[in-house]
Amino acid sequence: MSTSSVSKGCFVFKPSPKKRKKQDVSQESYFIHDCAGPESGQRRFKLCQDLWKQIETETEVLQDELHRKILDSLLEFSRKCSSARCHGDWASQMRASEIPTAALMLGVNVPDHDLTFSSLSDLLRQSVTPYVVSLQAKECGALKHLLKRVLEGLMETVVAVDDEDEADQAACHVQKSVHCSLTTLCDWYIIKTKKSSNDTPGKKRPSTVTDEPEQLPPVVVVFKDLEAFNPKVLQDFILICSRYVHRLPLMFIFGIATSPSTIQHMLPHSVSSLLCIQLFQSLSCTEHLATVIDKFILTHQFPFKLTEKVLSVLVSIFFFHDFSVRNFMKGLQLALLEHFYTQPLSVLCCRKKAALHHATQLDHGDLERIRLLPSFKRYVEGQEAEEQVNLMTDDSHLKEVCQKLIKTLHKYHKNYYPTLRCLHALTSTLPRHLLGKQIRELHEACLRKNVWEQENYQSAMKLLKMQAKDELVVSLRRCAEILRSVKSKTMKNACEQLEELLCRFQQLDAAVDVAPSEDECVLSPPKNLPKKTDLFQLQKTLLEMNESRRSKKLSPFEILRNETVEFVDGLVRSHLWPPESQPLHEVCYYSSVATVKHHLNASPRTSIQVALSNPDHYLENDSLKTEDGSLSSAAPDICIAYKLHLECGRLINLYDWLEAYATVVSAAKVDPDQDAFGKVDEVKHARFIRAVSELEFLGFVKSTKQKTDHVARLTWGGC
Amino acid sequence: MYRSSRRPTTQCVVFAIRGPSAMEVKFVGDEDVLEHIVEKHDGVLGGGKSVQRMVTFKSPAGRRGCLEEEEQEEDEVFDEQNYIQALGADNATADEDGLSGVAGSSIFTFQKIKRSHRMAQTANELARTPGKSANVSTTSSTEPQTPTRTGRDHRAGNRTPHRSKKVQFVSTTPHRLRKRLTAPGLRSDSDSELSPSDSSEEEEDEEGPNGFKEEQKENTKTQRTPNKGSSSALSKTPAKKSKNSAEAFGKPTMTEEYFEAHGSSKVLTSDRTLERLQTPKLDRETLVHLLEGKPSCYSKEIQQLHNKNKKHFHKWMLQLQLGFSVLVYGLGSKKALLEDFRTSHLAHEIHLVVNGFFPSITLKTILNAITSEVLEDQGSFRTPSDQIQFISQTLKERPDLHLYLLIHNIDGPMLRGEKTQSALGQLASLSNLHLVASLDHINAPLVWDQFKVSQFNWLWWECVTFQPYAEETSYENSLLVQQTGALALSSLTHVLRSLTPNARGIFRLLVKFQLENKDNPLYTGFSFQDFYQRCREAFLVNSDLTLRTQLTEFRDHKLIRTRKGADGVEYLTVAVDASTLMDFLENEEGD
Repeated sequence: MSTSSVSKGCFVFKPSPKKRKKQDVSQESYFIHDCAGPESGQRRFKLCQDLWKQIETETEVLQDELHRKILDSLLEFSRKCSSARCHGDWASQMRASEIPTAALMLGVNVPDHDLTFSSLSDLLRQSVTPYVVSLQAKECGALKHLLKRVLEGLMETVVAVDDEDEADQAACHVQKSVHCSLTTLCDWYIIKTKKSSNDTPGKKRPSTVTDEPEQLPPVVVVFKDLEAFNPKVLQDFILICSRYVHRLPLMFIFGIATSPSTIQHMLPHSVSSLLCIQLFQSLSCTEHLATVIDKFILTHQFPFKLTEKVLSVLVSIFFFHDFSVRNFMKGLQLALLEHFYTQPLSVLCCRKKAALHHATQLDHGDLERIRLLPSFKRYVEGQEAEEQVNLMTDDSHLKEVCQKLIKTLHKYHKNYYPTLRCLHALTSTLPRHLLGKQIRELHEACLRKNVWEQENYQSAMKLLKMQAKDELVVSLRRCAEILRSVKSKTMKNACEQLEELLCRFQQLDAAVDVAPSEDECVLSPPKNLPKKTDLFQLQKTLLEMNESRRSKKLSPFEILRNETVEFVDGLVRSHLWPPESQPLHEVCYYSSVATVKHHLNASPRTSIQVALSNPDHYLENDSLKTEDGSLSSAAPDICIAYKLHLECGRLINLYDWLEAYATVVSAAKVDPDQDAFGKVDEVKHARFIRAVSELEFLGFVKSTKQKTDHVARLTWGGC
Repeated sequence: MYRSSRRPTTQCVVFAIRGPSAMEVKFVGDEDVLEHIVEKHDGVLGGGKSVQRMVTFKSPAGRRGCLEEEEQEEDEVFDEQNYIQALGADNATADEDGLSGVAGSSIFTFQKIKRSHRMAQTANELARTPGKSANVSTTSSTEPQTPTRTGRDHRAGNRTPHRSKKVQFVSTTPHRLRKRLTAPGLRSDSDSELSPSDSSEEEEDEEGPNGFKEEQKENTKTQRTPNKGSSSALSKTPAKKSKNSAEAFGKPTMTEEYFEAHGSSKVLTSDRTLERLQTPKLDRETLVHLLEGKPSCYSKEIQQLHNKNKKHFHKWMLQLQLGFSVLVYGLGSKKALLEDFRTSHLAHEIHLVVNGFFPSITLKTILNAITSEVLEDQGSFRTPSDQIQFISQTLKERPDLHLYLLIHNIDGPMLRGEKTQSALGQLASLSNLHLVASLDHINAPLVWDQFKVSQFNWLWWECVTFQPYAEETSYENSLLVQQTGALALSSLTHVLRSLTPNARGIFRLLVKFQLENKDNPLYTGFSFQDFYQRCREAFLVNSDLTLRTQLTEFRDHKLIRTRKGADGVEYLTVAVDASTLMDFLENEEGD
């Protein structure tokens, strides 16, 4: 069956059910089919899937944790609202006529909002009320649709839990959209609440009258994207709702992406005065990203790593394009998939035990691949001659060495991250944030090259050497805490040393208390300055004094401080090597920036224009090759037409264009027929028509009626 | 020997030495003055001793100007580089991308002033060395001394040697000046008339040839002398003054260029039309026939590209099943590629192919195809959102049902709408609906906002195929292709055949009236009252109401169009062109 037709644009293909493949099997087979190194494909695919599942579940947990706080306050608010209705005093009576509204500031990362809302409505359903309905602006073009959505959402979700026959009734209700009004909803709500209170007779008999309304669960309407709603519709809805608020305990939640003033822009005072609005601020997306990075990237428990470039591409896409954590995760997923797909040795990219196990099972091909790894080559060059030969020829020996190297790699990671955190704890409070405010930036700097050779690091260390005691002790304490939680042996050692240093700081405190610095006394009678002196003299004496002070013995605190800084420096120098220094790092680190960028942040227009102006970039033909990047006259028709159109103004005369085109095309012929040179024959005409309509299809030109036989040019680039 | 002349195009610096002798009065443009200054600086030439020399030094200076411009461009590129670096991909990765040499700044620029006849020049440049390169960008500053005589002469046979000589002589001057020279010069050629697009100014060009002859005889350079200062070619001058002064100081700033380009709404293009061709318009069949006859060049390379792209099919399948959507972009029709993908990998899956370029594809068709044919549901849906909800619910309930949606040209004209795209986005976000789509329009990504992009969850794949967009453009109403109207005619006859004889009569009446008036440009339609009168006279209707019922029927079949005139009267027209109507009447009479 063909998919081209002049009368149809949509074609369905349904193969017989027998032929359909099983999904799970095929997924794996697609992975294995032509990935690099198919022998280990199955294992790698499993590893990849496992890791991704791990990421997914952990993100969910993370998301929940992050939103817990705001959700809690929101829930608190909704509970308070529902209880406020029953109080008798005048103020709450006034309040009662207002619809409680929570304005939830979510930030511009709209794609992430879905997750927030779904967890919010889940929580609300669990803990406050079963009656929650979420609305999206695009479903609610008119008030009718909005009401319908509200009714459907409320009645159906509830009905779905209940019996079958009720479901039919409710369905009938909604289908008769004539009755699609809030009155229906009120009636339904009253029946519902009565029934449910009757349904649970054993639990808590409503003994007192005042107790009962308190139990009434509110009806929560969530407006997911407030900005997108039609203001008129929203206003009408709120006005209608305010009429029913006594009978129906309504509550609104506005999801706002921009700023709280949106509410004022959308609703006039007469409407917004019907609402009792409270503002809730959600976690900013940068913080969210920081936690995600902290969880998945700055940890040794997660074996898959990104190189500095890939990480910074993902981070820049986040900051320059969407602020969406979800898209960041998508990038991570892509990198993960690509890594396991393209790197056959990624079979070793897993937990230490499994990796060691896999290392024993490496076959000859894999071992050859290891031998070709640049990092391994460097390692081999560092060995003695005999060992070198052994490594290059003896497979079983290589396997052993591999295991050893994997262990080292894991150890490296185990030490790397705590040290990184320590360094960040120490330097993040320094003025000017030389090593970055966020740990992410420090991490990128460390991945790039030896951090201690960087200028910023050196100045940061200098600044550390000038820090006051209080601050230094505070950040050292934080370091100690970070190190304490690490199980590695070296880190334990470092931790002990640090604690000792801290101890000495404390002792110093005590010592200072006892003997208020003696040197102070020595210094206090300064060299008696002459009463009258000129500036030059003063400068001189001051310089001398300075000299003498510098040469002077350092105070115990200063000595200790220097010692501490040296200790940190030593820690950094021994653990914060960039990963390229480690043999076999290719196993864990994904490095192809171009792939990630191409798939996530593509620029189709650039691609098209490159193809049009340099067809030889894609078509490998000698006749297209030009030495200076210009166009050959033998290029495809569309390229020639494009090139010519670049030379035109806003309007292009088709006849001139055709003529120019014919000139070029005739020249491209090997043996230009002298008479026909430059003449427009039918074939050229037809080819030209095709080229122009293709350009029109691509959006470079469009037909215009401004002048006969002219087209308008639509782009201005590429010249 | 110099002829004094007013040059309204420049802010003139005047060296006025009064007197009758030849060397004394001279109006010089800013560029020329700058020339002197520059030359003095360089210590090359003491003064304007000989005009010849002054001229010969022009082109290096022009080049210098170009160099400066290039430098400026490099600056822009550098700025752009900053952004790229900020994006974490520096030059090295750009090379890896294979998009080296194309910076965003060269793609997204403002409109620039374009010199008329640059296209012809470029064509000649391209044509000069068959199969070899011709650097277009440098031609503007340094055109070779030997003119491309063959090309030009063949192109416009009636040109005289003067003209090619003139081209040569023009070539050594800076472009702005050259433009001034060429534009009126070419106007003198009877073959090409330039006129602004928005006004039909008549131009007189008697002076042109004379001017050239004299110029040639005297071998002067800078002084072109149109005797009429208000020649239409110079009508753009007010917008250009600032430009010239700017150019005098080396490089025009971007702002000045911008305002120069936008200052005048007039566009100078020649008045030639396609009528000059032997076959002004080809019809669709001939076109297809002609193109089929011609073997595609580079078919081998195109096949290579196709094979290269085919290698990724397995990966696509994998990515689709992991919840991504695959979006294919790049020059060339990707229909064949996706078809190949479909037949090789989707043959055993339920899938739906949508031709986005199809002119009457709608969201409803797509959704109906899914609900009625794939999910086999006979119910009808009131709104598309209901339908989408139903689809998502059903797919959620049946997780083992996988549906593949293949959309050729998701940016097609009928799918571009916000509603359609958000509906497609909702579909794409379903876990067991997998979407593969292709994209061609250069501005297509603008149809998605962030939310939709994340719903689609695109993975972009660059697939440059260089295949002609044969099918995609076949529905288009191209300017160049003659509409045969065969389709319209057959639909007309079919509809009419199903009507009563009276109705047919009514329609024929209307058609005849329209044909009678086809040469009348003021004809707006048949007024309803008159039409009713005529129909009554022909015993076709007996009341106002019957006629209206009939007309409603016609309108429903889109045979006629009604328009309220200025006086509030309804006017009726048949929405088919005259030649088709003629054919129709002939057919009717034949029957």
